[in-house]
Amino acid sequence: MTEPSLQARRGLAVRGYRREDEGSRPPYLYPDYQATRLRAPRRPLTLLPHTLTEVTGPLLGEGRVGELDHDLTRQHQGEPLGERIIVTGQVLDGDGRPVPHTLLEVWQANAAGRYAHHVDQHPAPLDPNFTGVGRCLTDAEGRYRFVSIRPGAYPWKNHQNAWRPAHIHFSLFGRAFVQRLITQMYFPGDPLFDHDPIFHSVRDAAARRRMVAGFDLSETVPEWALGYRFDIVLRGRDATPTEEAP
Amino acid sequence: MSAATPSQTVGPFFSHALPWPDGPYVVPAGTQGAVWLRGTVLDGAGEPVPDALLETWQADPGGRFDHPDDPRGGTAGGFRGFGRCPTDADGRWAILTLKPGRVPAPDGRRQAPHVALSVFARGLLDRLVTRVYFADEPDANAADPVLAALPAPARATLLARPTSDGYRFDVRLQGEQETTFFDI
Repeated sequence: MTEPSLQARRGLAVRGYRREDEGSRPPYLYPDYQATRLRAPRRPLTLLPHTLTEVTGPLLGEGRVGELDHDLTRQHQGEPLGERIIVTGQVLDGDGRPVPHTLLEVWQANAAGRYAHHVDQHPAPLDPNFTGVGRCLTDAEGRYRFVSIRPGAYPWKNHQNAWRPAHIHFSLFGRAFVQRLITQMYFPGDPLFDHDPIFHSVRDAAARRRMVAGFDLSETVPEWALGYRFDIVLRGRDATPTEEAP
Repeated sequence: MSAATPSQTVGPFFSHALPWPDGPYVVPAGTQGAVWLRGTVLDGAGEPVPDALLETWQADPGGRFDHPDDPRGGTAGGFRGFGRCPTDADGRWAILTLKPGRVPAPDGRRQAPHVALSVFARGLLDRLVTRVYFADEPDANAADPVLAALPAPARATLLARPTSDGYRFDVRLQGEQETTFFDI
């Protein structure tokens, strides 16, 4: 039975999305990450059963992505400094189905660990050829591909001698309000993992590994750029719809 | 079945990447009946949060979503339903939109008009989700299953108050008047 026929039969029955286990969800209050202390709510969250509002969501992207938005090395007159990389992967839902034609937005520091952002005061050089902002849509199989340079680590004053591991921020919509995800992609083997409270706010080790890209020789372009693979999994759906009153 | 990629904070350095020029305009300026939904985001010390990003998702005035999973068909005129606005130096945000209509609840009742709201910020390892209801809809609010399940003080934090050009909805991340946030 296909989903549309099921929905047509039940009228406004709603098939919700599965909730992730606690080990995969960082807590709001995580005192080692100091900024959570005044921003985390102190009251427990209220469980919200999924309604049409939560299982629908913005399907954005067409017309929002320019021709060079996926290539962060070609957005200025010259080439940015740093180690050229390709970041590619597939966006899937929790049932292994590709999420096609969905918008990805990325942003990152330059090779020296500095963001092209007025708030960033790290005394590392800005790169006039690197803004560090990209966008793309997944294809029909949920695949995406960015070209960039490997971002540097940077200090962030959270605690004595605090450094963030190198990372690229990812923002995704999926196809439902509940699938919205903002996360960070890390690089394999980073020695800063053990010292980073943001990375460790995800308490389950297997869940943390899902934020780490894999080096992928098959995506590496000889004489040109190293390849990394980063698949992203959005929440999957409940098996059965919420019953509707007759 | 595979587990989802975990959330991480949006951090402090997104304002050159995520805001769109048309982000706050769920409907174009000049749209008949459009209202400004405005507010301030405050932290546990009562200080404005100048580096948050707010996103909204809502039905059109007929209570329909621009989405194929809304089994009742599309919205009139492709209503985008989505808004995105960063807070300014004083923690303020605003979106221009149309007040949504009532949306069916799974149990057969109808939900009161509401806007789903996400808050992203440095210091939030995952987004916070709340709902904006409208204080000038007392009958619909009284019949809303989500509001009905909340104690009165928690319910009160979800009501946007009418203003001269729309509605005001402040988000208090923490403290006495803490906004009611949902686990979705």
